[in-house]
Order: sequence, then C-alpha cells, then structure tokens
Amino acid sequence: MTAPLVKVDAIVRSYRMRTGMFGRVADLRAVDGVSFDIRRGETLGLVGESGSGKSTTGRMVLGLEAPDSGSVAFEQAAMPAIGSAPWRSQRARMQMIFQDPLGALDRRWTIARQVREPLDIHAIGDDASRAVRVDELLHSVGLAHDQGLRYPHELSGGQRQRAVIARALATRPDFLVCDEPVSALDVSIQAQVINLLIDLQAELGLTMLFISHDLRVVRQISRRVAVMYLGRIVELGDADHLFAAPQHPYTRALVSASPAPGRRNAERIVLTGDPPNPAARPAGCAFHPRCSHAFARCRMESPKLVEIAPDRSVACHLLDAGTVPAAASEAAA
Amino acid sequence: MAPLVSIENLTVAFDGVAVLHGIDLQVERGEALGLVGESGSGKSVTWLAALGLLPMATSVGGRVRLEGADILGAPPGKLDRIRGGRIAMIFQDPASALNPVLPVGKQIGESLVLHRGLSGASIRSEARHLLDLVGIPDPERRLSSYPHEFSGGQNQRIMIAMALAGNPDLLVADEPTTALDATIQSQILELIGRVRRETGMALVLISHDLGVVAENCDRVAVMYAGRIVEEAAADELFADPRHPYTLGLTGALPPIDGPRRRLTAIPGMVPNPKAMPPGCAFAPRCSSSDRRCEDKPPRLRAIGERRRIACVLETGALHPPLLEAAAE
Amino acid sequence: MLRFFAVRIARAMLTIALVVTFAFVVLRLSGDPALIIMGPEAPPEVIAAFRKAWGLDDPIWMQYLDYFGAIARGELGRSMRDGRPAIALVAERIPATLVLTIPALLLKLGIGIPAGILAALHRGSVIDRAVMAAAVAGFTVPSFVLGLVLVLIFAVQLGWLPSGGQDSWRHAILPIITLGIGGAAVLARFTRSAMLEVLGQPYVRTASAKGVAWRAVVIRHALPNAAIPTVTIIGFMVGTLIAGAVVVESVFSWPGVGRLLVVAVANRDLAVVQCVLLLVAATMVASNLAVDFLYGFLDPRLRTGTQAGAH
Repeated sequence: MTAPLVKVDAIVRSYRMRTGMFGRVADLRAVDGVSFDIRRGETLGLVGESGSGKSTTGRMVLGLEAPDSGSVAFEQAAMPAIGSAPWRSQRARMQMIFQDPLGALDRRWTIARQVREPLDIHAIGDDASRAVRVDELLHSVGLAHDQGLRYPHELSGGQRQRAVIARALATRPDFLVCDEPVSALDVSIQAQVINLLIDLQAELGLTMLFISHDLRVVRQISRRVAVMYLGRIVELGDADHLFAAPQHPYTRALVSASPAPGRRNAERIVLTGDPPNPAARPAGCAFHPRCSHAFARCRMESPKLVEIAPDRSVACHLLDAGTVPAAASEAAA
Repeated sequence: MAPLVSIENLTVAFDGVAVLHGIDLQVERGEALGLVGESGSGKSVTWLAALGLLPMATSVGGRVRLEGADILGAPPGKLDRIRGGRIAMIFQDPASALNPVLPVGKQIGESLVLHRGLSGASIRSEARHLLDLVGIPDPERRLSSYPHEFSGGQNQRIMIAMALAGNPDLLVADEPTTALDATIQSQILELIGRVRRETGMALVLISHDLGVVAENCDRVAVMYAGRIVEEAAADELFADPRHPYTLGLTGALPPIDGPRRRLTAIPGMVPNPKAMPPGCAFAPRCSSSDRRCEDKPPRLRAIGERRRIACVLETGALHPPLLEAAAE
Repeated sequence: MLRFFAVRIARAMLTIALVVTFAFVVLRLSGDPALIIMGPEAPPEVIAAFRKAWGLDDPIWMQYLDYFGAIARGELGRSMRDGRPAIALVAERIPATLVLTIPALLLKLGIGIPAGILAALHRGSVIDRAVMAAAVAGFTVPSFVLGLVLVLIFAVQLGWLPSGGQDSWRHAILPIITLGIGGAAVLARFTRSAMLEVLGQPYVRTASAKGVAWRAVVIRHALPNAAIPTVTIIGFMVGTLIAGAVVVESVFSWPGVGRLLVVAVANRDLAVVQCVLLLVAATMVASNLAVDFLYGFLDPRLRTGTQAGAH
C-alpha cells in the first residue's frame, strides 16, 4: 500500500483569549488531537459546525500555522518551519481555496494578473509561457480570456471563485485545501463549482482536503469523510457508508439535520442544548451534554477514535459497551 | 374561504430599476408556504414591500390584502399595528438583528406593550414566559442579558419570542436559519413547527435552500428574477418539477443519500435587473427554450389543482425530448 | 478590572510627561528668556544676574531634572515676568476661559447633534444637503477668520455688539458663537455618519417589523447606538475646554488662559507656559479616560465581551 500523501498525527492547537474588557484569560483549544491520512488522488472531506476546529485543522495541514504539538507530514517529510525558504517553495505544491472569493482576490489587480502571480513568485517559465499558461488555466476553469482582463468586482461570485481556483492551480500543486469554497454561492452556481472541482481532480490527479459544514456538498465530492466536534474527530470513514449508516450520535444528528426534499415526514433527530464553546469544554466526551445516550463513563473519560470496521473509525463509548443504538430508537428519544 | 394574505400584482422598483415584476401570491390561514429562489429572485423584497419595510426611494405598486383589507400604502399608524401584531417577520443573522445595547427582556417587552397592551409587572412575567416557550434556559435571569451574551441559535429563538409576543396570524421567516449551524438549524425549524401546531399560525418560509423549504412547507413557490415561475404542493414540486428552472434547482442539490450523480449545473448567471431579456428571464439559460420564449415573459397560469407555472411549454419541461418530438 | 484602570492611568501619566518634556525642549530652543524679558538693551550684568537667579546657567539636563522634580512636588515655578507663582496666574484666568468654552460646548451639542440627526433622517434630501453644506462651511473657515468677520459685521458695521474685552455679558456673545460654530459643524457631520451607519443596521429593520413607530425606532433603537461613536468626539471637545479658546481669546482680547499662554510664549515665560501646558494635557487626558469608561456604560458588549466561539 502506498504511503499517504499527507499524514496528520495528533495535532493540537490552542489560542489564548480574553473575555471582555475586564475578563479573565482563557485557553481556547481549537484542535485537540486530530489524526488522519489523505491518500494520493483522493478527497478527504472534513465536516463540522462552528467551534469544531475544521478551519484551524485545514490551516495546519497546509502548513500555514504550526501545531502546538503533533505533526503534519507531506510526502513523508515533516513540514518545514513557517516562513523558511523550503516552506516557501513548498507552497507551489499545495494551495488553498477560501470561502470568500472577493476577499481572496486583490481588488486592484486584474484576474489574469492574479492568476499569473504564483508563476511569477516561483519563477516558473518566462513571460511568454506564463501568459499562455494563464489562458490555459482560465480556460480550464471555464473563464474566457476577456474575463481575465476584468477586475474582481466586475465578476459574479461564481466567476470569482473560478478565478481563485485557477490561481490555485497555476503551479500545478499536488494538494488542495478547500475551506468552505461554495458556501457563499447560490445553489446553481455551487453545482457549477463543485462539478468543476470534481472534473479538475479527475483530470489533474489532485489530492484534496474539502472542509465544509454542508454534508450534502461534502458527500458529493469526497471519498472519505471525517466528522469533527469541538476539536476532535468523532467519526471517520468512507463517505457513502458513513452518511448512509452513521454510528456516532453526533453524525446521526448532523445527517438528520441536512435538509433534503422528500424527507418531510422522516424522523428528525433534534439535538438539545447549545453549540459547543471551545473556551469551556465539557469534561469527558465533548459531546456528552447534548447526547441522548450519554452515560456515566461519557462524563469522565474522552473516547478514543477506534477502528470498528475496515475504513471506519468512531470515537464513542457506546461502541465499546457493545451497544450501538439502532436508528429507529433515536426517533423515540 | 378568503386567504389570510393576498398579494396581487406586486411590483417594486429601486431608482427606476424594476426588481419585482408583478407577484401574485396567497397565504391561507394556518398554512406553511415556502418561497424559494437564489440571489436577485426578489423573495425577500416581496415581503418587505408587503409590510412597508422598504426605504422611501423605491416605487411599490399592486395590492396587498390582509383578510380582505388593503394594507399596501396604509397610513403608518395602521401599518405599525399590523407589523408584529398580525404579521410578524424574522430575519437572517439574528446576532445583528437584535439591538446590541438593549437587554432582550426590554426588546420583547416592547412588542408586548405595543400589541398586547401589557404594562407593569405583567410585561416581565410574560416576557419570561415567552423565553421559556422558545427554550431559553434560566429565563428569569436572562431577561436582563444582552444579545451578544447569547449564541446565534439562542438569538434566533429570542427573535421568534419577540415575533410571537404580538400573537401574529402569520410569521414571515426570511432565511431564518441560513447563518446557523445545521444542528441548530433543525432546532429552530422544529421550534417554529411546534409553535405553529400549538397556535395555528401561518408561515412563509423564505430560503435559498430547497431542502429546508421542502421539509417544512405545505406549498412552495419558486421565484426567479423578480417573478414566480412555479408553484405547487411541496411533495409534488420536488417529486415532479415542471419549470426548467425548478428542474435545474432540484438537480443542483447534491443528494445526501442514494446514488451519487453528477449535479445539474444551470449554465450562465441570473440576469442583471437593469438588463433583463425581453421575454422569459430564464430563457438565455434554459435548455428547452425556443423563439416563443423571447417574445414576452410568460404568464403564471394554472396547470392543475393548485399548481401554477410560468412557462410557454404546455405542461412545463416534463420530458423535453418527447415534447419536441410530439410538436413535430 | 484593576488592571484595566491601572494601565490606562499609567498611559495617561506618560502622555502628560511627554507633553511637558516637549514644551520644555521647544521653549528653550527658541530663544533666551533673559534677553527677551530684560530687553536687548539691558546691561550684560543684569542679564547674567537674571539668568543665574532663574537657573538658566545650568546645563539643560539639570534644568530638566530640576523642573521635573519640582512638578512632582507640586511646585510649578514662578512667572519670570512678575514673580508670582505660575499656578496662581493660571488659576485666576481659568474662570474667564470657562465662561466662553462651556457655553460654546453647549452650543456645539445643541446645534451639532440635532442637525446631524436631522440630516441623517432625511438623507439625500434638500435638508440633508443644506445641513452638510453649512457644516462644511463651518469647519473649513478658520476660527480667527470667522471671529474677525463676525466682529466686522456685528461690531463695526451694525454696532450691535462690542468687539473686544470682557466688560459685560454682551462681550461674550461673539466669542462664544465663534468658538461654537466650528465644533457644531464637526459634530453635525459626525453625528450624521454615526446615525446613517446605525440606521442601516438590521436591528432597525427588526424594530420596524415589530410595529414600533418610526419615532420610537429612532429614539429608542438608533440614537443609543449612534451615541457610542459620537461620545469620542464629544470627549475630545470636553478635553479642549481649557485650551480650545487660544485663538478666539486673542481675536477678542478676552483675558483667559489662552491669552495668558500666548503672552507667556512670546516672553518665554517658561514656568507659565509649562503650567498651562500641563493643565491642558491633564484636561485632555482626563477627558479621554472618562470617555473610555463611558464606553463601558454605553456599550454592553465591552462590559462582558462576546462569547467565545458562539454560534
């Protein structure tokens, strides 16, 4: 079995925060021991709500932030120190696509100039070949040469996101981290961009980490999915199987909460309680305050991510106890 | 039986540019109507205009009736009583939709004073009751908390409590869950559903998310570029969409279960209101369009029991290739 | 909480120290006080005696240390011109200045804020444009020009009001107006933008949607929020209560602190200048500190802070 392209091992990241004008300083643990592999050419989806730590994880995987502990390895080599020369040249191999395309583009430069920038930075080719490559890139994302001459505010949201993708692909990266790339787009434009990403991946053999809060989108584009809650992975596995038969109570609630036509009278699992506050994590399992199956052990001990089937891991004490509640009994809860 | 709210040929223009081109919509007592559309569809503008909440710089035409009585263009005093008292509206992004410098108890109390004529101690106790109803824990103490001290989901519950304070007959919810996490979203929708069951309140749910609308509404209207293009019972609409745009929208939604399929990507973009095509606004992006579509915008007409469509094709784009073959 | 206060007060002290140091340096660089006070014809022995008496012979760093030490002890020196304590000189002028600046502040608030609110409520209309045009005129015209023009019209041409001095209450009218107009104009503009910003916020729409009458929306929802940024500017204006009238006092020959300062600078009367500057810096800093604390009152978000990761 070939080694994974990206290997993340127990990364942890905390921030210090002051609450209010006169408040105390609190330690906010955004990511609390996350591990996963991403194999070459596959897409790993990272799903979670606010406070889950998925964006922070994405930045650490890309090497934009250093974990407080744990490691990130790219092609079996550890991430170089941020800002160093090897780190900078590694940027050409991995790129990020963000949620807000308008914010990710410089207002004062034309699209073509921005798509060209990575080529200039990494000194790829010469003037003539760079111009050709820019046109090639624009074409591959479905933008016309004319649109390259425009400024970001003159394009629509969908077109801007395409431009961001074109720029990300300029240096022929192996690895792409997409952080909520379609959340700000209309449904029909979302579909265009998702299709585009899937096509590009097939064509260029890209490896992707796709971060989103929208399960439906994640399922469409990912082969494997990791579900995060309060800085930890609670379930990990093949996308289709995971969404068809989620094991962790949180994953079940998430799947149930994803609105879909034709499910009007299906039983909905509605979580009680508030969304998690990373500055005030519950003891034991981070999810237990909202879990209808929580028992004594959940309040004291945090469950480990355990492989329960080939390519499926879950972090839940219920599985240790041997009783995985069937979906039907959830409805009665 | 007369509908609760009836919107007839509503038109809205901003600085001379028309954004709503004649909306006809009805809401029955106690029903849940979904209004679906993407940016520029006019779904929010419709209801903002109906309630007189658009700034003076626009021109608004047509009729809006509440139980038969005209409310569009009504004098401010009358409108103020209707807003919150008969028709309540809640908005997207609850964190910024609440006044940051007033305690939530005061904000709820404002509605109670205006629409239920309460005074003195009863304001506080009723406000507490409302907070409890919407599921805010420790309501007595929380009355004096400020919006920023609550989470987004809690803020939306507070908005709902404020809306309920006036005992409205209709709640217009404009993208109420768009800014919220998925699990909180389902909490809020479940709350709205519960309130409706208990009070018989009608609901207009505006959203860009078909799934949300499909799961929570009895009837759904689809809007595009300032017009309604299709309207049907929710189940029917999603099982059997007829308008090419609705077809495109349902196809663009990635399925959460079942087999994966390539998403339908409607080519092109929503037209700029300043540069609308002469005929059907969707024609430039429609795979079933022909010359007839460029003539003038199709009228919204009935094609069945409580089913309407605005398309030149007879019964919509049911099976486009077959239709063309039949026309030959 | 204690830390919050302590940090701000420490910063305030530092600011005052810097201002005073700056004044010290600049004044000594600008000319020999002895020569200026005694006059260029005075015999050299007199000048030398003067210099010795006032410690002007000492190296500059020594003068500085002496000076700082004295301030720390509360002794602010004596006027080189008439030998009286600087504090006394300044103190006896303060009431005269306040007679101008306090009514002027009330004028600024009383005209500026309502004008700004009115303009915001009628955005884009004739009222808005008229108010804004007046505001631009008000703050672009320098106060001495305005003062002189008013004197020309009302004192010289019409003879309604006196042109200078402090003899009767009528003498205060023109100076107060001159002082007030510039500030009212600035406040009008500021209040207008603060209001416009607030009126565009979602919670204003929510209040309307609740059925709150427009007037109540403006008073109960918009104004309290618009007050928050406006307080900064008002704080600044309060801070200039002592120093803000320098030009106007000169134009109208009004015997206040401002005039005292001008004369003292011309004479290089070091102690007096330093004393006035100290007073001015202290007033400004105190005012800013008060504004900082006032923010906590006006904006509950600053009191308790936002919930981390709330959503």
